[in-house]
This record gives sequence, C-alpha cells and structure tokens, in this order.
Amino acid sequence: MHTSPPATVEAEAHENPALLHHFATEEQQRNAASLGMWVFLITEIMFFGGMFCAYLVYRYSYFGDFAAASSSLDLKWGTINTIVLIGSSLTVAMAVRCAQVGKLKAIVGFLIATIVLGVAFLGIKGIEYKQKFDENHVPGLAGFHLEGHVPRHADIPVNQQHAQIYFSLYFAMTGMHALHMIIGVGLFAYLTWKAYKGRYGPGYYTPLENGGLYWHFVDIVWIYLFPLLYLIDRHR
Amino acid sequence: MSEHISSVKLYVGIWLALMAGTMLTVLAAGVDMGPLNPVVALAIATTKAVLVVLFFMHVKYTHEKLTKMVIVTAIFFFLILLGLTMADYTSRLWT
Repeated sequence: MHTSPPATVEAEAHENPALLHHFATEEQQRNAASLGMWVFLITEIMFFGGMFCAYLVYRYSYFGDFAAASSSLDLKWGTINTIVLIGSSLTVAMAVRCAQVGKLKAIVGFLIATIVLGVAFLGIKGIEYKQKFDENHVPGLAGFHLEGHVPRHADIPVNQQHAQIYFSLYFAMTGMHALHMIIGVGLFAYLTWKAYKGRYGPGYYTPLENGGLYWHFVDIVWIYLFPLLYLIDRHR
Repeated sequence: MSEHISSVKLYVGIWLALMAGTMLTVLAAGVDMGPLNPVVALAIATTKAVLVVLFFMHVKYTHEKLTKMVIVTAIFFFLILLGLTMADYTSRLWT
C-alpha cells in the first residue's frame, strides 16, 4: 500500500478529474477497483466451481458413458471456438493497452473486434446446440438416445440415463458460460460506446480494465470446459 | 507512479502460446496415455489459465498484494471443494 505521496505528486494527481477525493493516488484508486473486481470474480469461481465439482463426481462414477457422450460432440467446432475465444482475449488486452498509451481510436477498433469474436463464438455454440437437438442428444426430451457402446467395451451399450447426466452437465455448463458471454457482449457494447465518446484514455480506463478482467475470466472458464467436455477419451 | 504497460510483442507472444496450447491439447487427446490423458489435458489447461491471469489480467505486474492473496485464497477453497468431495466419493467402498 502507499504511504502519503509527496505534495507535488498529489497536486499533479488531482489534476486528473477521474481521481476521486477519497483516494490518495491514481494507482491506489486503480488497485481498489481491481481488487473489487477480483472479489467478484472469486464468487464466479465458486459459482462455476460447483458445476465443475458435480461434473467431476459424475465423470468419476460413469466414466465410460461420459467418454461415449463426449465423443459425440463436434471436436472441429469446439476447437474453432477455443481459438475464437483466445483471439478475443488478445483483442481485449490490446484495447486496454491502447487506452494506456492513448491510442483512443484503436480502442474502439479492438473493442468491436472483441464483440465480433464474441458473437461468432455464440453463433458456433448455436450451431452445436442445433446439432445436439437434431441428434436427439438433449436430456429430458422423450426421444433422447445416444447410440453406440462404451469405448473399448463393445459389449456394453451406453447407459441412456448416465449419458443424459453428461448432457445435462454439458448444457448447464456451456449454457451458463454462453450466458456470461452474452452479458460480456452487452458490457462491451457499452464500453465501445463510451470509448467512441472518448471517455477512456491514459488518465482513466478502469471500466475497460475491469470489463477486460471479466472477459478473460470467461475465457479461462472455457479453457477448462473445452478439454473436460470435448476431449474425454478421444483416442481409439 | 504509473502502471505497467506490456508490449504488443508480449501480448502476441502470449496469444501464440495459448494457440499452441490449444493445438497441443487436441493432439494429446488423440494419443493413448492411459490414466495420464486427463492429467496432461488439465496441465495444459492450467498452464493456459496461468498465462491469461498473469499477463492478460496483469496480475504479474500488480503491486497490490491483497489482490494476489484474494486469488490464491479462491483457488485454495476451490481445491478444498474438489478435494474433500472426491475424498468422499472415491472412498465409498460399499456402493
């Protein structure tokens, strides 16, 4: 933490209209905002954590059925979506950097690129969901059926109820992740508008930084969802 | 005191590493490593997550120790959630 800064620094800092009077320095204000955002993100970790825990318990119990169900997902789309999301994290990081160095026009460009990539991710997710509905792989629907047998056990057919648990977790986890993406796209539309208005620059970009933290967090959730949902026992 | 500004080169480097990790995890999933398959997949995912947290989320450069403590605490309690739950489920010999 900071001790009281020299008078000159304080006088200089107070020239920044974004510096609130109860903070001594810009850095202290930024750190406080960042800490608050991280506290929110740890509640998100515990929120998604509950679902990851449920996934772990059922994967441990019904591994063969989970492996069969996992292999029915479209690996091509899953991989493309991972690449899309990682690309969007880069554009977010670049948008924040542009604010730091004062390239105000480029902020808007990178934010729009982020939104485009975010919407592309959701579109691809939509294609995958459509496939699952077409293949009757949606848990709870009367026609649910997952063909095939447990990997390496040609004599053991897939247990339909266990497969439905896999798809329940699949839709719950990717669905909650997609909801976070939708909120993120809305958030970034707002940030783009403000950036377009010239609100963010080297002196003040806290909303951009914290919006970025949120986006990166959602990216990290996907970084774990991808191998856990798509890549169980792919090798045959 | 001004904040740390990372170079474009670093950001692109991290992005390339994340892309490589994605390719690696897809390739690794196609190789039969027995019980090591999920271990390798999670090791790659965690490496990617750490790169994002340290560089894209600027945790490497923050001077605020409280932020780092909050993050480590969250991971610690998440691992307790997973660890104690699995300690139960993996030791139920009567089922």
